[in-house]
Amino acid sequence: MRRIVLPGDLLAENPRVAGYGTFIEDGKVYSKILGLFDKTETTVRVIPLKGKYMPSPGDVLVGIVREVTSSGWAVDIHSHYNAFLPLSENPEYRPNKKISDVLDIDDAIITKVRDIDPRLKVTLTMKDKVCRPVRFGRIVAINPTRVPRVIGKKGSMIKTLKSELGIQIVVGQNGLIWISGDMNKVTIGEEAVYMIEEEAHTDGLTDRIVDLIKRRKGELANDG
Amino acid sequence: MTDEIEFEKKGQMKLLVDGKRLDGREFDELREIKIESGVLKRADGSCYLEMGNNKIIAAVYGPREAFPRHMQDPSRALIRYRYSMAPFSVEERKRPGPDRRSVEISKVSREAFDLVVLKELYPRSGIDIFVEVLQADAGTRTACINAASVALVDAGIAMKGIVTAVAFAKVDGEVVLDPFKDEDNYGDADVPIAFIIRNGEIKSIGLVQMDGNLTFDEIKKGMEMAKKGALKIYELQREAIIQKYSLEEEE
Repeated sequence: MRRIVLPGDLLAENPRVAGYGTFIEDGKVYSKILGLFDKTETTVRVIPLKGKYMPSPGDVLVGIVREVTSSGWAVDIHSHYNAFLPLSENPEYRPNKKISDVLDIDDAIITKVRDIDPRLKVTLTMKDKVCRPVRFGRIVAINPTRVPRVIGKKGSMIKTLKSELGIQIVVGQNGLIWISGDMNKVTIGEEAVYMIEEEAHTDGLTDRIVDLIKRRKGELANDG
Repeated sequence: MTDEIEFEKKGQMKLLVDGKRLDGREFDELREIKIESGVLKRADGSCYLEMGNNKIIAAVYGPREAFPRHMQDPSRALIRYRYSMAPFSVEERKRPGPDRRSVEISKVSREAFDLVVLKELYPRSGIDIFVEVLQADAGTRTACINAASVALVDAGIAMKGIVTAVAFAKVDGEVVLDPFKDEDNYGDADVPIAFIIRNGEIKSIGLVQMDGNLTFDEIKKGMEMAKKGALKIYELQREAIIQKYSLEEEE
């Protein structure tokens, strides 16, 4: 089990190993957040237990269009920083199309962070093969610090969910998760995601998720 | 209370009896402390703290959009600290709302947290800290600071260390740690101090206030007492936060 560290706890003496969630002072590495201490041969980092989503370039997000303007769309990405998707970053847009026909208020999109200026104004892009508007399926919101656990090591947890249930899942780094497929299976998937969120810092979670899915699938087969 | 009555009471009250304090504590003994983190569901971070008869609740919201808009700083976060006493927290009803005293306490406490929170990581945002005194028994500002630091850690906000506060006082010519109500009201001096603690070591001081008169040696002695007391409180703060997560594991 990983050790829980608090802000200001000494993690290492060598500043070159400093990773996520750390700061350096007087040549020593300290934790700056509450989290789990993760040490490898080359780095020390802190896996956050609490906190809000902070956008960073390249993140895949699920967002909801909140405003349509003449130059693009303002998107709610479940962060207190505003995100904007310019017309030029959406390949679906053509000059002869009406902007609100491409994406309208309340449309959900899978999008990517293109860049962030020093004042944390976020620019989004749709120029990526994972990016698309979503017009069906379900969106589940979880605490963004639990996202790595939903994805799992090298995507192991998400692969399990996909193969066990045969559904489509896209996990946004901002804690919004899009699930689509057979209605009943989506409901099982939603329950599994909430379970991962709640028990994110425990061991042997994948096995328990598989158990849960098998049990729910069994119930489903009996009812049908 | 007029000066006359106070003088009379001073004459009558004996604050130290047989080398012990009125509540039976040693000079360098803290009151009993109970800390629980994550008590409020809607807040990003929260804490309930009891320090003797003080009962404090702290809530932290943020980082979130800072209001009013013109206060936003494009390069760092804005910290707001609101200290307030419930009308029923003291013997005679306290008029609700901010007054001279609570505005001052809010300001000095905020300045202590300004030193530890890594504000540059959250440009244009605001971090709101609310502390509410439910029951007061001297030393509420130090208790509030202790509760607020636990709530900040619980909210997952990046900090360089943890703020821990404790007061010392002079009663009947002796320096004592963590005064309770009578010692505060009828004592000769009261000094609340907030320390910034990193990795179990006191790094700097975030707040010092003093009312009454003390000699240089008395301050020195009190400081040493306060440092030891603060480290004890620091351990309790750590325990409160870590315990919350180990509890979740057992379930």
